[in-house]
Amino acid sequence: MFRSVCRISPRIASSAYRAIMGRPVVAKTLAQRFYSANVSKDQVSQRVVDVIKAFDKNSPNIANKQISSDTQFHKDLGLDSLDTVELLVAIEEEFDIEIPDKVADDLRSVGETVDYIASNPDAN
Amino acid sequence: MSKRVVITGLGCVTPLGRTLNESWKNLLSSKSGLTSITSLPNYEKDYKAKKKSIPSTITVGKIPEDLHDENSTIHKLLFTGQDERRTSGFIKLAIRTAYEALHNAGLLNPNEITVNTSLCNLDNFGCLIGSGIGSIQDVYQTSLQFHNEDKRINPYFVPKILTNMAAGNVSIKFNLRGLSHSVSTACATGNNSIGDAFNFIRLGMQDICVAGASEMSLHPLSLAGFIRAKSITSDGISRPFDTQRSGFVLGEGSGMVVMESLEHAQKRKANILCELVGYGLSSDAYHITSPPSDGNGAKRAINMALKMARLEPADIDYVNAHATSTLLGDRAECLAVTSALLPGRPKDKPLYISSNKGAIGHLLGAAGAVESIFTICSLRDNKIPHTLNLKNALNLESGEADKLHFVKDEPIETSNLKHALCNSFGFGGVNTSLLFKKWDEF
Repeated sequence: MFRSVCRISPRIASSAYRAIMGRPVVAKTLAQRFYSANVSKDQVSQRVVDVIKAFDKNSPNIANKQISSDTQFHKDLGLDSLDTVELLVAIEEEFDIEIPDKVADDLRSVGETVDYIASNPDAN
Repeated sequence: MSKRVVITGLGCVTPLGRTLNESWKNLLSSKSGLTSITSLPNYEKDYKAKKKSIPSTITVGKIPEDLHDENSTIHKLLFTGQDERRTSGFIKLAIRTAYEALHNAGLLNPNEITVNTSLCNLDNFGCLIGSGIGSIQDVYQTSLQFHNEDKRINPYFVPKILTNMAAGNVSIKFNLRGLSHSVSTACATGNNSIGDAFNFIRLGMQDICVAGASEMSLHPLSLAGFIRAKSITSDGISRPFDTQRSGFVLGEGSGMVVMESLEHAQKRKANILCELVGYGLSSDAYHITSPPSDGNGAKRAINMALKMARLEPADIDYVNAHATSTLLGDRAECLAVTSALLPGRPKDKPLYISSNKGAIGHLLGAAGAVESIFTICSLRDNKIPHTLNLKNALNLESGEADKLHFVKDEPIETSNLKHALCNSFGFGGVNTSLLFKKWDEF
C-alpha cells in the first residue's frame, strides 16, 4: 500500500492532500514523506555519499569522515558556499535533476539533500 | 630617500624546463622547447579539424607534460582538492613558480609551504602577479556549455578566469598579507609586475615582494587569433633578429622573483643575486599591434630606465631583447637599442644583444618575467645565452646594426658584465625596460 502511494508524484500528492484537508500545507514537509518514483531512499543516500566522496578524494575532511544524514556540508565537511554549489551540481548530474536555487540555498546537510531527491519524481 | 632593491629568489617554468636550473641549463646548451602542434596529445581532437585556421606547420612552446601530474610529490604538497576545483592552469603554474622563488630565497620553513615569519613581516610582503590572457580554456568551455546545453555554470567560473586570481591565490597559499597587485599589459605584463614591485619597495610601501607573471593560454582559439593578427610564423621556427624571421611561436610558462629592500635582505642575511636599478615605461600611442618603425617608444622606455639608474648609455653591457621574431618588431627594437645605447660608446666596448624567444617562443604575459630571470642569471653567472636560430642578423639602413654584438651560435662567457637591460613590449603600444646591475654593495 505504501509503495503505491509512493508512486504518486509529490505535486499530485500535495494537491490531493490539500483537497482532502482543505488547507494549504508546506509542500516540503509533505514531500519528505514520499519517495522518488525511480529510486529508493537507501539508494539515494548511498549515491549521494558516493558523489560526496568523489567530489574531493584528497580532503581529510571528506575522505576520513563517516558520512551520515546528519552530516553538514559546511560544519562537518569544510565546504564553503562555492563548494556547496558545485557539489549540488554534481548531485544534480548524478540524479539527472535540477534543484531550484531557492531549494538549493536551504540544503545544508546530507539528510536534507537525500530527502529532497527522494521526493523528486524526476530523479533517476 | 628611496630604497635600494635587490633580487633574492627566482623560480620559473618554461618550455625548456620544470625549474629555473633545468630551463637555464637547457637554454645555454642550445635546446629548443618548441614542438609541432601535430605532436600535441590533443592534436587530433582540438586542432586537426581547425586546419583552415591553424595550419599543421605551426609550432608551440609547451611546458613539460608531467607538470600536470596530480600524483607528483610537489603537486600533492602544493595543491588540495579544493585548489584543483577552483583554480585554473595559469593560477596553479603561478603557485608552483612562486613556491620555487620563495624556496630559492630561503624564506620557507623546512619541508613546508609556510613562510618563516622570523625572517619577514607578512603584512609587508606584497604579491604582484599578472597574466596576459588568464584562463581562455575556461572561458571557451563554459561559453560552449552555456550556449549549447543551457546548463547552470560552474560557480568557480569567475574565480578561475580573472587575471588577478594568480596573485590572489598565491597570497592565500603563502599567507602574504601585503599588497595584492596584478597588471595585464599583454606581452609586457611580467616586466610591469617586477617594475611595479620595484617602485613599491623603493618607496618603502613594502619590505619584500614576490613578483612575476603566469601564462597558460595555449589553446586553438588563442592560436587562431594570433595567426589572424599576423603574429605567428607559419614555418614553425622562431628566429629573432634573423633576416628570415616571419613571426613568433606561441609559448606558455611562468616566472617569479623575490625582491626586497637592500636593508631587509641584509638583515635576514639573504643571498643577493643582483640589484634592480632602473625601470622605464612608455606608450607608442601609435597602433594597436605594431610599433612605430623608428622604435621611438622603446627608445624612450630605455632612456627612462637609464635616467632612473643615473647611468650613461655606454654603461649597458647586454640587452636581453624582447625580439619576438616578427618583421617589424625586431627591426624597431634594433633601432631603439642602437639609437639609445650606441652614442658615446667607446669602440672597444661591445653591446651584447640576444633574445631567448628562439628557444622558448613567446610566453606572452610571462615573457618579461622569465626573460628578466634569465637576465639576472646572466649577471650572476657571467654568461649570455645566444639567440637560437639566428644565422644572419638583420640590417638597418643606417648600418648601425653592425655595431651590435648579436650573440648567436653559442653562449658568450664574459666577466665584463655589469649592467643588463631586459625589454618587453606589448600589444597596445606598451614599452617597458628593466635595468639590472650585477650585485655589488657599492
